[in-house]
Amino acid sequence: MDETLDDITQQCIETIAKEKSIPADGITADSTLEELMLDSLDRVTLSFDLEEKYDIEIPEAQLRAVHTVGDVVLAIREAQAKKRGAATP
Amino acid sequence: MKRVAITGAGCITAIGQSVDAFRDALFAGRSGIVELAQEARGDLRFTHVAQVADFVAADWLTSNQRQLAERCAQFAIAAARQALAQSQLMQVYAGDDVALVFGCSTGGRSAEEPETAKLYTKGGRVHPLTVPRSMASAGTSLVCMEHGITGPAYTLSTACASGTHALGQAFHMVRSGMVQAAVAGGHEAPLTYGFLKAWDSLGVVSPTGCAPFDTRRDGMTLAEGAAVFTLEAMDAAVARGAKILGELVGFGMSSDAHHMTQTNAEGPAAAMRRALNDAAIIANEIGYVNAHGTGTRVNDEVEAAAMRAVFGSAMQTLPVSSTKGLHGHAIGASGAMETLATMLALHAGMLPASAGLTTPDASLQLGGLLLQNRASEATYAMTNSFAFGGLNAVLVLRRVSAA
Repeated sequence: MDETLDDITQQCIETIAKEKSIPADGITADSTLEELMLDSLDRVTLSFDLEEKYDIEIPEAQLRAVHTVGDVVLAIREAQAKKRGAATP
Repeated sequence: MKRVAITGAGCITAIGQSVDAFRDALFAGRSGIVELAQEARGDLRFTHVAQVADFVAADWLTSNQRQLAERCAQFAIAAARQALAQSQLMQVYAGDDVALVFGCSTGGRSAEEPETAKLYTKGGRVHPLTVPRSMASAGTSLVCMEHGITGPAYTLSTACASGTHALGQAFHMVRSGMVQAAVAGGHEAPLTYGFLKAWDSLGVVSPTGCAPFDTRRDGMTLAEGAAVFTLEAMDAAVARGAKILGELVGFGMSSDAHHMTQTNAEGPAAAMRRALNDAAIIANEIGYVNAHGTGTRVNDEVEAAAMRAVFGSAMQTLPVSSTKGLHGHAIGASGAMETLATMLALHAGMLPASAGLTTPDASLQLGGLLLQNRASEATYAMTNSFAFGGLNAVLVLRRVSAA
Protein backbone atom coordinates (compact mmCIF):
# COMPACT_ATOMS: atom_id res chain seq x y z
CA MET A 1 0.00 0.00 0.00
CA ASP A 2 1.26 3.47 -0.88
CA GLU A 3 2.14 5.89 1.82
CA THR A 4 -0.21 8.81 2.36
CA LEU A 5 0.63 12.28 1.14
CA ASP A 6 1.49 13.22 4.72
CA ASP A 7 3.89 10.30 5.04
CA ILE A 8 5.72 11.31 1.87
CA THR A 9 5.78 14.95 2.93
CA GLN A 10 7.30 13.93 6.24
CA GLN A 11 9.86 11.76 4.47
CA CYS A 12 10.83 14.66 2.18
CA ILE A 13 11.16 17.02 5.13
CA GLU A 14 13.35 14.57 7.05
CA THR A 15 15.57 13.94 4.03
CA ILE A 16 16.07 17.67 3.46
CA ALA A 17 16.70 18.29 7.16
CA LYS A 18 19.34 15.55 7.22
CA GLU A 19 21.07 16.68 4.07
CA LYS A 20 21.17 20.33 5.04
CA SER A 21 21.73 19.73 8.75
CA ILE A 22 18.77 21.93 9.68
CA PRO A 23 15.88 21.23 12.08
CA ALA A 24 12.98 19.38 10.47
CA ASP A 25 10.37 21.32 12.42
CA GLY A 26 11.21 24.49 10.49
CA ILE A 27 10.29 22.86 7.16
CA THR A 28 6.74 22.61 5.77
CA ALA A 29 5.21 21.59 2.47
CA ASP A 30 5.09 25.28 1.56
CA SER A 31 8.79 25.88 2.21
CA THR A 32 10.57 26.74 -1.01
CA LEU A 33 13.77 24.94 -1.93
CA GLU A 34 15.35 28.34 -2.39
CA GLU A 35 14.64 29.46 1.16
CA LEU A 36 15.96 26.12 2.39
CA MET A 37 19.18 26.97 0.51
CA LEU A 38 19.05 23.87 -1.69
CA ASP A 39 21.43 24.50 -4.57
CA SER A 40 21.51 22.48 -7.79
CA LEU A 41 23.78 19.83 -6.27
CA ASP A 42 21.45 19.50 -3.24
CA ARG A 43 18.49 19.02 -5.59
CA VAL A 44 20.25 16.24 -7.44
CA THR A 45 21.17 14.54 -4.17
CA LEU A 46 17.68 14.94 -2.74
CA SER A 47 16.05 13.44 -5.79
CA PHE A 48 18.54 10.56 -5.83
CA ASP A 49 17.81 9.74 -2.19
CA LEU A 50 14.06 9.89 -2.70
CA GLU A 51 14.25 7.92 -5.93
CA GLU A 52 16.23 5.23 -4.16
CA LYS A 53 13.80 5.17 -1.24
CA TYR A 54 10.66 4.91 -3.37
CA ASP A 55 12.24 3.02 -6.28
CA ILE A 56 11.00 5.57 -8.75
CA GLU A 57 12.44 7.92 -11.31
CA ILE A 58 11.64 11.63 -11.31
CA PRO A 59 12.18 13.15 -14.77
CA GLU A 60 14.94 15.72 -14.82
CA ALA A 61 12.74 18.42 -16.36
CA GLN A 62 10.25 18.00 -13.53
CA LEU A 63 13.03 18.17 -10.99
CA ARG A 64 14.18 21.49 -12.39
CA ALA A 65 10.64 22.86 -12.19
CA VAL A 66 9.90 22.03 -8.54
CA HIS A 67 9.64 25.07 -6.34
CA THR A 68 8.40 23.93 -2.94
CA VAL A 69 8.64 20.81 -0.77
CA GLY A 70 5.03 20.17 -1.74
CA ASP A 71 6.05 20.13 -5.41
CA VAL A 72 8.65 17.46 -4.62
CA VAL A 73 5.96 15.38 -2.90
CA LEU A 74 3.69 15.69 -5.94
CA ALA A 75 6.55 14.70 -8.23
CA ILE A 76 7.02 11.57 -6.14
CA ARG A 77 3.30 10.74 -6.30
CA GLU A 78 3.27 11.22 -10.05
CA ALA A 79 6.32 9.01 -10.47
CA GLN A 80 4.68 6.35 -8.27
CA ALA A 81 1.48 6.53 -10.30
CA LYS A 82 3.44 6.28 -13.53
CA LYS A 83 5.29 3.25 -12.24
CA ARG A 84 2.01 1.60 -11.18
CA GLY A 85 0.57 2.32 -14.61
CA ALA A 86 3.59 0.84 -16.32
CA ALA A 87 3.34 -2.22 -14.13
CA THR A 88 -0.33 -2.81 -15.04
CA PRO A 89 -0.66 -5.32 -17.89
CA MET B 1 65.41 33.63 -0.82
CA LYS B 2 63.53 33.52 2.42
CA ARG B 3 63.99 31.17 5.33
CA VAL B 4 60.83 29.11 5.85
CA ALA B 5 59.35 28.58 9.30
CA ILE B 6 56.81 25.99 10.33
CA THR B 7 54.32 27.86 12.52
CA GLY B 8 51.43 25.43 12.77
CA ALA B 9 50.94 21.68 12.75
CA GLY B 10 48.00 19.34 12.99
CA CYS B 11 47.44 15.64 12.59
CA ILE B 12 44.95 12.83 12.58
CA THR B 13 46.81 9.55 12.96
CA ALA B 14 46.51 6.11 14.46
CA ILE B 15 48.72 7.31 17.33
CA GLY B 16 46.97 10.58 18.04
CA GLN B 17 44.50 13.12 16.73
CA SER B 18 46.50 16.13 17.84
CA VAL B 19 50.19 16.99 17.75
CA ASP B 20 50.38 16.64 21.55
CA ALA B 21 48.95 13.13 21.43
CA PHE B 22 51.20 12.22 18.47
CA ARG B 23 54.26 13.49 20.37
CA ASP B 24 53.36 11.52 23.48
CA ALA B 25 52.95 8.30 21.50
CA LEU B 26 56.09 8.98 19.44
CA PHE B 27 58.35 9.23 22.47
CA ALA B 28 56.51 6.56 24.46
CA GLY B 29 56.86 4.18 21.48
CA ARG B 30 53.11 3.54 21.60
CA SER B 31 52.07 1.93 18.32
CA GLY B 32 48.75 2.52 16.60
CA ILE B 33 48.97 -0.76 14.72
CA VAL B 34 46.00 -2.89 15.69
CA GLU B 35 44.23 -6.02 14.60
CA LEU B 36 41.49 -5.43 12.05
CA ALA B 37 38.03 -6.42 13.20
CA GLN B 38 37.09 -9.84 11.83
CA GLU B 39 34.20 -8.47 9.77
CA ALA B 40 36.49 -5.90 8.10
CA ARG B 41 39.20 -8.44 7.46
CA GLY B 42 37.34 -10.91 5.28
CA ASP B 43 39.82 -13.26 3.67
CA LEU B 44 42.82 -10.91 3.82
CA ARG B 45 46.13 -12.64 4.50
CA PHE B 46 47.21 -9.90 6.89
CA THR B 47 45.49 -8.94 10.10
CA HIS B 48 46.99 -5.61 11.21
CA VAL B 49 46.62 -1.99 10.10
CA ALA B 50 47.14 1.41 11.71
CA GLN B 51 43.63 2.77 11.80
CA VAL B 52 42.28 6.07 13.15
CA ALA B 53 39.75 4.02 15.04
CA ASP B 54 37.93 6.64 17.07
CA PHE B 55 37.79 9.50 14.57
CA VAL B 56 34.45 11.30 14.90
CA ALA B 57 33.81 13.19 11.67
CA ALA B 58 30.92 15.14 13.18
CA ASP B 59 33.34 16.76 15.63
CA TRP B 60 35.21 18.36 12.75
CA LEU B 61 32.91 18.99 9.83
CA THR B 62 30.91 22.15 9.22
CA SER B 63 27.38 21.74 7.89
CA ASN B 64 28.61 22.58 4.39
CA GLN B 65 31.32 19.94 4.56
CA ARG B 66 29.22 17.13 5.98
CA GLN B 67 27.63 16.11 2.71
CA LEU B 68 30.72 16.27 0.56
CA ALA B 69 33.70 15.26 2.63
CA GLU B 70 34.57 11.57 2.44
CA ARG B 71 36.93 10.18 5.11
CA CYS B 72 40.06 11.09 3.15
CA ALA B 73 39.02 14.75 2.92
CA GLN B 74 37.73 14.67 6.50
CA PHE B 75 41.25 13.92 7.72
CA ALA B 76 42.60 16.87 5.71
CA ILE B 77 39.96 19.21 7.13
CA ALA B 78 40.64 18.16 10.71
CA ALA B 79 44.44 18.32 10.48
CA ALA B 80 44.40 21.64 8.61
CA ARG B 81 42.03 23.17 11.15
CA GLN B 82 44.45 22.29 13.95
CA ALA B 83 47.44 23.74 12.10
CA LEU B 84 45.62 26.93 11.15
CA ALA B 85 44.21 27.41 14.64
CA GLN B 86 47.71 27.16 16.04
CA SER B 87 49.41 29.53 13.59
CA GLN B 88 46.47 31.91 13.08
CA LEU B 89 47.78 32.13 9.52
CA MET B 90 44.56 33.35 7.93
CA GLN B 91 44.20 36.11 10.50
CA VAL B 92 47.51 37.51 9.24
CA TYR B 93 47.72 36.85 5.49
CA ALA B 94 45.29 37.68 2.68
CA GLY B 95 43.74 34.59 1.11
CA ASP B 96 45.53 35.09 -2.21
CA ASP B 97 48.92 35.33 -0.50
CA VAL B 98 48.51 31.77 0.78
CA ALA B 99 49.12 28.55 -1.19
CA LEU B 100 47.83 25.10 -0.35
CA VAL B 101 49.47 21.88 -1.50
CA PHE B 102 48.32 18.48 -0.32
CA GLY B 103 49.64 15.07 -1.20
CA CYS B 104 47.01 12.39 -1.66
CA SER B 105 47.36 9.19 -3.61
CA THR B 106 44.12 7.27 -3.41
CA GLY B 107 41.31 9.80 -2.88
CA GLY B 108 37.91 9.05 -1.39
CA ARG B 109 37.75 5.32 -1.83
CA SER B 110 34.88 4.73 0.61
CA ALA B 111 32.69 6.94 -1.59
CA GLU B 112 33.64 5.11 -4.74
CA GLU B 113 34.12 1.45 -3.88
CA PRO B 114 30.64 0.61 -2.55
CA GLU B 115 28.96 2.47 -5.42
CA THR B 116 31.07 0.67 -7.99
CA ALA B 117 30.51 -2.69 -6.30
CA LYS B 118 26.77 -2.08 -6.35
CA LEU B 119 26.85 -0.98 -9.97
CA TYR B 120 28.83 -3.99 -11.16
CA THR B 121 26.75 -6.53 -9.25
CA LYS B 122 23.24 -5.08 -9.33
CA GLY B 123 23.37 -2.34 -11.95
CA GLY B 124 21.33 0.79 -11.46
CA ARG B 125 22.39 4.27 -10.51
CA VAL B 126 25.44 5.74 -8.85
CA HIS B 127 25.15 8.34 -6.09
CA PRO B 128 25.41 11.83 -7.62
CA LEU B 129 28.06 12.93 -5.14
CA THR B 130 30.40 10.04 -5.95
CA VAL B 131 32.65 12.21 -8.12
CA PRO B 132 33.13 15.18 -5.77
CA ARG B 133 33.47 12.85 -2.78
CA SER B 134 36.02 10.53 -4.34
CA MET B 135 38.31 12.90 -6.24
CA ALA B 136 41.75 13.06 -4.68
CA SER B 137 41.72 16.86 -4.68
CA ALA B 138 38.51 17.12 -2.62
CA GLY B 139 40.45 17.79 0.58
CA THR B 140 42.35 20.64 -1.03
CA SER B 141 39.16 22.28 -2.28
CA LEU B 142 37.24 21.88 0.97
CA VAL B 143 40.08 23.26 3.11
CA CYS B 144 40.53 26.23 0.75
CA MET B 145 36.80 26.96 0.97
CA GLU B 146 36.73 26.75 4.75
CA HIS B 147 39.65 29.10 5.28
CA GLY B 148 39.35 31.41 2.28
CA ILE B 149 42.63 30.31 0.71
CA THR B 150 42.64 31.66 -2.85
CA GLY B 151 46.32 31.44 -3.83
CA PRO B 152 47.88 28.54 -5.77
CA ALA B 153 46.23 25.32 -4.60
CA TYR B 154 46.52 21.76 -5.82
CA THR B 155 46.79 18.12 -4.87
CA LEU B 156 49.70 16.10 -6.09
CA SER B 157 49.97 12.37 -6.31
CA THR B 158 53.26 10.51 -6.10
CA ALA B 159 52.05 7.45 -4.20
CA CYS B 160 53.99 7.02 -0.96
CA ALA B 161 55.98 10.24 -1.42
CA SER B 162 52.96 12.51 -2.03
CA GLY B 163 53.01 14.28 1.35
CA THR B 164 56.72 14.96 1.15
CA HIS B 165 56.49 16.27 -2.40
CA ALA B 166 53.61 18.52 -1.29
CA LEU B 167 55.58 19.94 1.62
CA GLY B 168 58.63 20.44 -0.56
CA GLN B 169 56.69 22.28 -3.24
CA ALA B 170 55.02 24.54 -0.69
CA PHE B 171 58.38 25.13 0.99
CA HIS B 172 59.90 26.26 -2.32
CA MET B 173 56.93 28.52 -3.05
CA VAL B 174 57.34 30.34 0.26
CA ARG B 175 61.13 30.39 0.05
CA SER B 176 61.08 31.97 -3.41
CA GLY B 177 58.54 34.59 -2.38
CA MET B 178 55.96 33.28 -4.84
CA VAL B 179 53.53 33.28 -1.90
CA GLN B 180 53.88 34.65 1.60
CA ALA B 181 52.58 31.56 3.34
CA ALA B 182 51.36 28.05 2.65
CA VAL B 183 49.34 25.21 4.07
CA ALA B 184 50.77 21.81 3.15
CA GLY B 185 50.81 18.17 4.08
CA GLY B 186 49.33 14.83 3.18
CA HIS B 187 46.12 12.95 3.82
CA GLU B 188 44.90 9.48 2.98
CA ALA B 189 42.13 7.01 3.85
CA PRO B 190 43.07 3.86 1.98
CA LEU B 191 41.73 1.18 4.33
CA THR B 192 38.78 0.08 2.23
CA TYR B 193 38.28 -3.62 1.63
CA GLY B 194 38.92 -3.42 -2.11
CA PHE B 195 42.14 -1.52 -1.63
CA LEU B 196 43.34 -3.77 1.19
CA LYS B 197 42.73 -6.75 -1.09
CA ALA B 198 44.78 -5.08 -3.81
CA TRP B 199 47.68 -4.57 -1.40
CA ASP B 200 47.29 -8.13 -0.20
CA SER B 201 47.68 -9.38 -3.75
CA LEU B 202 50.89 -7.41 -4.13
CA GLY B 203 52.41 -9.48 -1.34
CA VAL B 204 54.22 -6.67 0.47
CA VAL B 205 52.09 -6.34 3.62
CA SER B 206 53.28 -7.77 6.92
CA PRO B 207 50.84 -10.33 8.32
CA THR B 208 50.98 -8.88 11.82
CA GLY B 209 52.80 -5.51 11.82
CA CYS B 210 55.89 -3.95 10.34
CA ALA B 211 59.36 -4.11 11.90
CA PRO B 212 61.54 -1.83 9.75
CA PHE B 213 65.28 -2.69 9.58
CA ASP B 214 64.78 -5.79 11.72
CA THR B 215 66.13 -9.21 10.71
CA ARG B 216 62.59 -10.60 10.99
CA ARG B 217 60.88 -7.85 8.98
CA ASP B 218 58.20 -9.22 6.72
CA GLY B 219 56.45 -6.27 5.10
CA MET B 220 54.73 -2.96 5.57
CA THR B 221 51.63 -2.00 7.56
CA LEU B 222 48.95 0.07 5.88
CA ALA B 223 47.61 3.12 7.66
CA GLU B 224 45.43 6.19 7.28
CA GLY B 225 45.35 9.77 8.51
CA ALA B 226 46.78 13.18 7.80
CA ALA B 227 49.41 15.66 8.87
CA VAL B 228 49.27 19.30 7.84
CA PHE B 229 51.56 22.27 8.46
CA THR B 230 51.49 26.00 7.96
CA LEU B 231 54.62 27.55 6.49
CA GLU B 232 55.61 31.19 6.28
CA ALA B 233 58.67 33.33 5.80
CA MET B 234 60.81 33.20 8.93
CA ASP B 235 61.27 36.97 9.17
CA ALA B 236 57.52 37.61 8.97
CA ALA B 237 56.76 34.84 11.44
CA VAL B 238 59.28 36.18 13.93
CA ALA B 239 58.08 39.76 13.41
CA ARG B 240 54.49 38.83 14.23
CA GLY B 241 55.51 36.81 17.25
CA ALA B 242 54.40 33.45 15.84
CA LYS B 243 55.62 30.36 17.63
CA ILE B 244 58.31 28.75 15.45
CA LEU B 245 57.94 24.97 15.55
CA GLY B 246 60.73 24.18 13.11
CA GLU B 247 62.36 25.22 9.88
CA LEU B 248 62.38 23.61 6.45
CA VAL B 249 65.75 24.13 4.79
CA GLY B 250 66.11 21.62 1.98
CA PHE B 251 64.10 19.61 -0.51
CA GLY B 252 65.31 17.11 -3.05
CA MET B 253 63.47 15.02 -5.63
CA SER B 254 64.40 12.37 -8.14
CA SER B 255 62.97 9.61 -10.27
CA ASP B 256 64.48 6.12 -10.42
CA ALA B 257 63.24 5.51 -13.98
CA HIS B 258 63.70 1.87 -13.05
CA HIS B 259 60.71 -0.22 -11.91
CA MET B 260 57.09 0.22 -10.77
CA THR B 261 57.46 -1.61 -7.45
CA GLN B 262 61.18 -2.19 -6.93
CA THR B 263 63.35 0.65 -5.85
CA ASN B 264 67.04 1.03 -6.57
CA ALA B 265 69.60 2.96 -4.59
CA GLU B 266 70.59 5.58 -7.15
CA GLY B 267 67.29 7.45 -7.21
CA PRO B 268 66.89 7.76 -3.43
CA ALA B 269 70.56 8.71 -3.07
CA ALA B 270 70.15 11.42 -5.70
CA ALA B 271 67.11 12.84 -3.88
CA MET B 272 69.04 12.91 -0.59
CA ARG B 273 72.01 14.67 -2.23
CA ARG B 274 69.72 17.21 -3.85
CA ALA B 275 68.05 17.90 -0.52
CA LEU B 276 71.46 18.49 1.09
CA ASN B 277 72.48 20.79 -1.76
CA ASP B 278 69.19 22.63 -1.50
CA ALA B 279 69.81 23.11 2.22
CA ALA B 280 73.39 24.21 1.48
CA ILE B 281 74.79 21.78 4.02
CA ILE B 282 77.10 18.79 3.81
CA ALA B 283 76.14 15.23 4.64
CA ASN B 284 77.88 15.04 7.99
CA GLU B 285 75.88 17.97 9.31
CA ILE B 286 72.81 15.71 9.36
CA GLY B 287 72.27 14.40 12.89
CA TYR B 288 69.24 12.18 12.34
CA VAL B 289 67.50 10.43 9.47
CA ASN B 290 63.84 9.55 9.70
CA ALA B 291 63.94 6.80 7.11
CA HIS B 292 61.25 5.80 4.66
CA GLY B 293 61.71 2.43 6.40
CA THR B 294 58.62 0.55 5.29
CA GLY B 295 59.70 -2.80 6.70
CA THR B 296 59.75 -4.70 3.40
CA ARG B 297 62.92 -6.72 2.78
CA VAL B 298 63.78 -4.82 -0.38
CA ASN B 299 62.91 -1.26 0.67
CA ASP B 300 65.04 -1.35 3.79
CA GLU B 301 67.97 -2.94 1.96
CA VAL B 302 67.90 -0.41 -0.85
CA GLU B 303 67.36 2.55 1.47
CA ALA B 304 70.31 1.44 3.58
CA ALA B 305 72.47 1.19 0.45
CA ALA B 306 71.35 4.66 -0.64
CA MET B 307 72.15 6.15 2.77
CA ARG B 308 75.57 4.49 2.75
CA ALA B 309 76.20 5.97 -0.69
CA VAL B 310 75.33 9.47 0.53
CA PHE B 311 76.71 9.45 4.08
CA GLY B 312 79.60 7.00 3.67
CA SER B 313 81.25 5.79 6.84
CA ALA B 314 79.04 8.12 8.93
CA MET B 315 76.35 5.42 8.58
CA GLN B 316 78.25 3.43 11.19
CA THR B 317 76.91 5.84 13.79
CA LEU B 318 74.38 8.25 12.22
CA PRO B 319 71.09 7.89 14.15
CA VAL B 320 68.36 6.41 11.95
CA SER B 321 64.85 5.33 12.76
CA SER B 322 61.60 4.56 11.01
CA THR B 323 58.45 5.69 12.78
CA LYS B 324 56.18 3.57 10.56
CA GLY B 325 56.06 0.96 13.32
CA LEU B 326 53.98 3.52 15.23
CA HIS B 327 51.75 5.34 12.73
CA GLY B 328 51.99 2.77 9.93
CA HIS B 329 52.37 3.53 6.25
CA ALA B 330 49.63 5.98 5.35
CA ILE B 331 50.70 6.18 1.66
CA GLY B 332 50.38 9.84 0.61
CA ALA B 333 50.14 11.04 4.21
CA SER B 334 53.22 9.18 5.43
CA GLY B 335 55.80 11.75 4.45
CA ALA B 336 53.88 14.48 6.26
CA MET B 337 53.54 12.33 9.41
CA GLU B 338 57.26 11.62 9.31
CA THR B 339 58.06 15.29 8.80
CA LEU B 340 56.03 15.90 11.95
CA ALA B 341 57.98 13.22 13.82
CA THR B 342 61.27 14.70 12.59
CA MET B 343 60.26 18.24 13.55
CA LEU B 344 59.20 17.11 17.03
CA ALA B 345 62.42 15.12 17.47
CA LEU B 346 64.62 18.11 16.63
CA HIS B 347 62.56 20.41 18.81
CA ALA B 348 62.57 18.03 21.78
CA GLY B 349 66.24 17.09 21.39
CA MET B 350 65.08 13.49 21.49
CA LEU B 351 65.29 11.04 18.59
CA PRO B 352 62.53 8.42 18.53
CA ALA B 353 63.39 4.74 18.58
CA SER B 354 62.73 2.73 15.44
CA ALA B 355 59.43 1.17 16.43
CA GLY B 356 59.24 -2.57 16.05
CA LEU B 357 63.02 -2.95 15.88
CA THR B 358 64.53 -5.47 18.28
CA THR B 359 67.20 -7.29 16.26
CA PRO B 360 68.76 -4.92 13.71
CA ASP B 361 69.66 -6.51 10.39
CA ALA B 362 73.46 -6.31 10.49
CA SER B 363 73.69 -6.76 6.73
CA LEU B 364 72.20 -3.27 6.32
CA GLN B 365 75.32 -1.79 7.94
CA LEU B 366 73.36 0.91 9.75
CA GLY B 367 75.22 1.20 13.02
CA GLY B 368 73.09 4.08 14.25
CA LEU B 369 69.70 2.37 14.14
CA LEU B 370 67.86 3.57 17.20
CA LEU B 371 66.71 0.75 19.45
CA GLN B 372 65.72 3.30 22.07
CA ASN B 373 65.00 7.02 22.14
CA ARG B 374 68.20 9.00 22.24
CA ALA B 375 68.85 12.53 23.49
CA SER B 376 70.41 14.59 20.72
CA GLU B 377 71.66 18.08 20.02
CA ALA B 378 71.25 17.52 16.27
CA THR B 379 70.72 20.73 14.30
CA TYR B 380 69.70 19.13 11.00
CA ALA B 381 67.57 16.09 10.27
CA MET B 382 66.48 14.42 7.06
CA THR B 383 63.24 12.64 6.27
CA ASN B 384 62.97 10.26 3.31
CA SER B 385 60.02 9.20 1.18
CA PHE B 386 60.42 6.79 -1.70
CA ALA B 387 57.36 5.86 -3.70
CA PHE B 388 56.33 2.95 -5.86
CA GLY B 389 57.28 3.84 -9.40
CA GLY B 390 60.56 5.30 -8.18
CA LEU B 391 59.44 8.82 -7.28
CA ASN B 392 61.59 10.10 -4.44
CA ALA B 393 61.28 13.11 -2.14
CA VAL B 394 63.50 14.15 0.75
CA LEU B 395 63.22 17.05 3.17
CA VAL B 396 65.83 18.55 5.46
CA LEU B 397 64.71 20.31 8.64
CA ARG B 398 66.64 22.55 10.99
CA ARG B 399 66.15 22.74 14.70
CA VAL B 400 64.89 26.06 15.94
CA SER B 401 65.70 26.91 19.51
CA ALA B 402 62.71 26.53 21.79
CA ALA B 403 63.19 29.97 23.28
